[in-house]
Amino acid sequence: MQNLSERLGTLVRLLRGLLLRLLADLRGALPKMLPQVVAILLAFLVGAVVLAVTGYSPLDAYGAMLFGAFGDASGLGQTFTQATPIIFTALAFLFAYKCGLFNIGAEGQFLVGAFAAALVGISFGGLPAFVHIPLSLLGGVVAGAFWGFVPAILKARLGTHEVITTMMLSYVALYVTGYFVNYPFKEPGGWTAQTVVISPSAELPRILEPTQLSASIFVALLLAGLTYYTLQRTTIGYEIRAIGLNPSAAEAGGISVGKGIILALVISGAMAGLGGAGEVLGVHRRFIEGFSPGYGWDGLAVALVGGLNPVGILLASVLFGALRSGGMTMTRVSHVPLDIATILQALVILFVAAPKLVQYLMKRGRSKR
Amino acid sequence: MFAATLRLATPIVYGSLGGLFSERAGIVNIGLEGMMLTGAFAGVAVSQFSGFAWLGVLAAVAAGGLLGLLHGVITVKFAGNQVVSGTGINIFALGFTAYMSQVLWGSRGASEGYVPGLPPISIPLLQDVPILGDIISGHTPLVYLMVVITVLSYVILFKTPLGLRIRAVGERPEAADTAGINVFKTKYLCLIISGMLAGVGGSFLSLGHLNLFALGMTGGRGFIALAAMILGKWMPFGAFGASVLFGFADALQMRLQSLGILPPQIILAIPYILTIAVLAGVVGKAIPPSNYKPYVKE
Amino acid sequence: MRAIRKKFVDVVANDKIDFTVEKGEIHGLLGENGAGKTVLMNILYGLYRADEGKILIDGKEAEIDGPNAAIKLGIGMVHQHFMVVPSLTVAENIVLGNEPTRNKVLLDTKKIMKDVKEFCDRYKLEVDLKAPIHVLPVGVQQRVEILKALYRGANILILDEPTSVLTPQEAQELFKAIRALREQGKTVIFISHKLNEVMAVCDRITVLRKGKVVGTVKASETNVNELATMMVGREVSFTFKKTRPATKKTVLRVEDLKAFDDRNLPAIKGVSFEVHAYEILGVAGVEGNGQTELVETLTGLRRVATGKISLLDMDVTRAPPHERIEQGASCVPEDRHKRGLIMEFSVMENIILGSHDRPPFAKNLVRLDIDEASNYAEKLIQEFSIKTPSKDAPAQHLSGGTQQRVVLAREFSRNPKLIIACQPTRGLDVGATEYVRSKLVDMRNNGCAVLLISADLDEIWALSDRIAVIYEGRIVAVKDPEKTSESELGLLMAGAKSE
Repeated sequence: MQNLSERLGTLVRLLRGLLLRLLADLRGALPKMLPQVVAILLAFLVGAVVLAVTGYSPLDAYGAMLFGAFGDASGLGQTFTQATPIIFTALAFLFAYKCGLFNIGAEGQFLVGAFAAALVGISFGGLPAFVHIPLSLLGGVVAGAFWGFVPAILKARLGTHEVITTMMLSYVALYVTGYFVNYPFKEPGGWTAQTVVISPSAELPRILEPTQLSASIFVALLLAGLTYYTLQRTTIGYEIRAIGLNPSAAEAGGISVGKGIILALVISGAMAGLGGAGEVLGVHRRFIEGFSPGYGWDGLAVALVGGLNPVGILLASVLFGALRSGGMTMTRVSHVPLDIATILQALVILFVAAPKLVQYLMKRGRSKR
Repeated sequence: MFAATLRLATPIVYGSLGGLFSERAGIVNIGLEGMMLTGAFAGVAVSQFSGFAWLGVLAAVAAGGLLGLLHGVITVKFAGNQVVSGTGINIFALGFTAYMSQVLWGSRGASEGYVPGLPPISIPLLQDVPILGDIISGHTPLVYLMVVITVLSYVILFKTPLGLRIRAVGERPEAADTAGINVFKTKYLCLIISGMLAGVGGSFLSLGHLNLFALGMTGGRGFIALAAMILGKWMPFGAFGASVLFGFADALQMRLQSLGILPPQIILAIPYILTIAVLAGVVGKAIPPSNYKPYVKE
Repeated sequence: MRAIRKKFVDVVANDKIDFTVEKGEIHGLLGENGAGKTVLMNILYGLYRADEGKILIDGKEAEIDGPNAAIKLGIGMVHQHFMVVPSLTVAENIVLGNEPTRNKVLLDTKKIMKDVKEFCDRYKLEVDLKAPIHVLPVGVQQRVEILKALYRGANILILDEPTSVLTPQEAQELFKAIRALREQGKTVIFISHKLNEVMAVCDRITVLRKGKVVGTVKASETNVNELATMMVGREVSFTFKKTRPATKKTVLRVEDLKAFDDRNLPAIKGVSFEVHAYEILGVAGVEGNGQTELVETLTGLRRVATGKISLLDMDVTRAPPHERIEQGASCVPEDRHKRGLIMEFSVMENIILGSHDRPPFAKNLVRLDIDEASNYAEKLIQEFSIKTPSKDAPAQHLSGGTQQRVVLAREFSRNPKLIIACQPTRGLDVGATEYVRSKLVDMRNNGCAVLLISADLDEIWALSDRIAVIYEGRIVAVKDPEKTSESELGLLMAGAKSE
């Protein structure tokens, strides 16, 4: 029986080993992320043009955004708060993508996860927090997993294209949760389409008062690490990656492609659902219709911009979180429509989608010198 | 209600034909939704600004075509991922149209003021036919145009050298290349056509009936159009038929809403659930005619 | 073509090649797989551009920047991998790119049929014009390709490995057609790696080796041995020592197997055979006679309609690939890009494929033991002399021969009881071919049962203890090599005789 200090020592060594390995991978990954960085810069450039052409000053707008996102503690808190749900949906997209699947329904999975968590959070009032919180999160996970299971089984058994099915389910999720929050579960006596507050035992604690930043971000970080570990260091991750790269060879190597596809999409949905749960339990403490400004879509952009690896995703999430929180300030201060953030997002996706474009431009830039 | 079916099917028909041209040339056009939306917006904006609805339609065509070209540049010239590019275009359209409507009309995603729309026309003899006359006559020209374009699509794809080349490019670009066909130009052309058709469909949504623009008014129709294309086995007449089916579902949904049997949200979800069910049912028979890998030359 | 040089990534495919062809002759371009023949001709046809050098047609310098330019100059090419559009008809395929029209817009179907028929008659090549290409047998598809080139007005016809998909008899038909073309004044460039054929049909032969020209000779003034030495640069051994004769112990038994192909047509129509320990059963046959489907049923990648497959007396007819691997079946697939390797995975990751979810690589069924995998990979890299910068290099960076070694290393080191090798030396140079064949014999000498499926009759001949012939989804004969001949096998492969 090792005593406590010895066990602590092993734990520390283990953590240090993990950290060093992570840093080594990071150093390897960063230079590969240059195209993404260039893509971001290009997107902002084009965005500036759009702003200028429609009569706004890009400098004012970007300046306000920057200040709003990073200028003070409340802005910083808001940035990380906005980044948190995006981390979840980005990881969800990433996980499915590694299996060769395009899960563009993360938004829907996020919503159902949020609603399920709200339900569990409202019911079961008498439970202690350390039971109620995981239970509510689990509710979100299950709901999201189910929302991922439907397109999964359709794809695995019938070959139905998951792009369309996940997209359609997003709409369905929107309407179904909309129905629930407008009728059966609507808070009585109010006008807003929202549920009653969840019981305090289900709340994820705030960690940076007075901002809305909650412990949900820890869950997100944990999930990021778990994703990395699963993909790189487990047999399941190996099989999923194999299916994504070459399903024929994977099949010949004894891997069950159908099972892998289902697993990937279910886990992907579960991740997005967990994100929704985190938002409800940590930030809003209830389910409000339309509370998501499109976190599912942000996740897609972030996964791509982050170079499809967990570390890049974390960094890119902060960027997009900044876009959202800074965007709110920007609208208040310089009256630029908030949608410029969506435009910037789309531009980033488009520039990142064409890696050769960035290479091409970089080559031209180099040759001009 | 059947008249409504035709009306509601129209944007989907245009969309699915657009998707068809793109896919026959070997490129998945997920961005149909965005092209439609931009078309809808451009149509309203130009129509209001110029006072002529048809100018608005032209603008929609141009806008859609431009986005189609963008999709082409990304996927063909820079060998980018087709789904990502398409999704990027969709998000761009959402943001851009919302942004611009704020700029133009001061309200995020809703047009203000009078917008000249497309006038309905009555077909002189046909309108007097009982029942059928009510269904067929009295639509705006774009509805009739869609039939024409469907037939035209079939003729082009299967009866002209261009169509032959398009199909070759989509199925085996290497073979087309060896035969001396410019694979890249053909793909670009098809994508531009695809965008233009989507744009027309979008303009119908905004100008053909409601004469306004609303945030995200395409509501997933671009994706439903893709489903219609698949259901129609990548053939123009098949896509037309499938789109009419979806139009019917839409009309049904509206009728149910007005009857007030079920809560609105559930009814609104019906078309989407139907799309999934339909796609699932097309199992095995849905083999696309094309090879979607980007064509890279040494 | 003068001083042509073409570099691909870091491999010089054509190194200062001077290549001259006379009008009205059949000129053979001979060389190993990877010697640069196809690349050179692709440059001539405009699919690639040379980095240096120039091309002269009829003494005039020519700029060929694409197939269109080549076609205008009267150059036509029939590729090894057919460039036909599957769903279009024969006639449509032939006129693609040059379609006759009515009022400039619509396709003139009548004229197409008339023109193409005229062509077929002129060159005595019979084809059903209205059939969609994908239903036609391969030999006929090739004829369509040739017609297509002629229709475009080709005077110089390049044929790239045309007999790789033909039976010996069909090849003779082709040679007849080529000679007829020469009578018509056409010039033919015949690319091949098969010595006998080149000797049989060509007037002059140029030999390429590793991207350089070794020499040009008149067929009448040389012989097969001389050509072989020119091609390879050294002596090559093709005999392998077998230790003990085959035992009676049946490792693989296939009984009345029936299965369908991807288009739901019968591909395997009642196949029965056995493979014993210490034995190589060679299955000879022209590609496309059901071999692919047979291998897929044996490895669990295709559903069996009726029939039974037993591995060491255990019924594996409906077993998934995973189980068959566990029971000791290994497979060297015919397409290492599709089924064999995951190109983006590292060498190490590819080596553990198939065993990745079992000890010692999988601890507690979930965690991958990277260290174990690393050690194993290093060991195999040594053992099989796999030329790779490191075990973490992606498989796509390796040469074809090296990639095949990775596949062999993985499959053979599992100590299998049965090895299914399908076209294992396709696309490999002589050195790699020698290695693969010797390894197969080694495994056989260690007690393994080997099912060798190959379209290369020389390979079957050199390695097999018994030879079976597959034709149109049936085993039409099983022969003892000492009691048959190449020509008899050739006839069987073409479906001539049957037992």
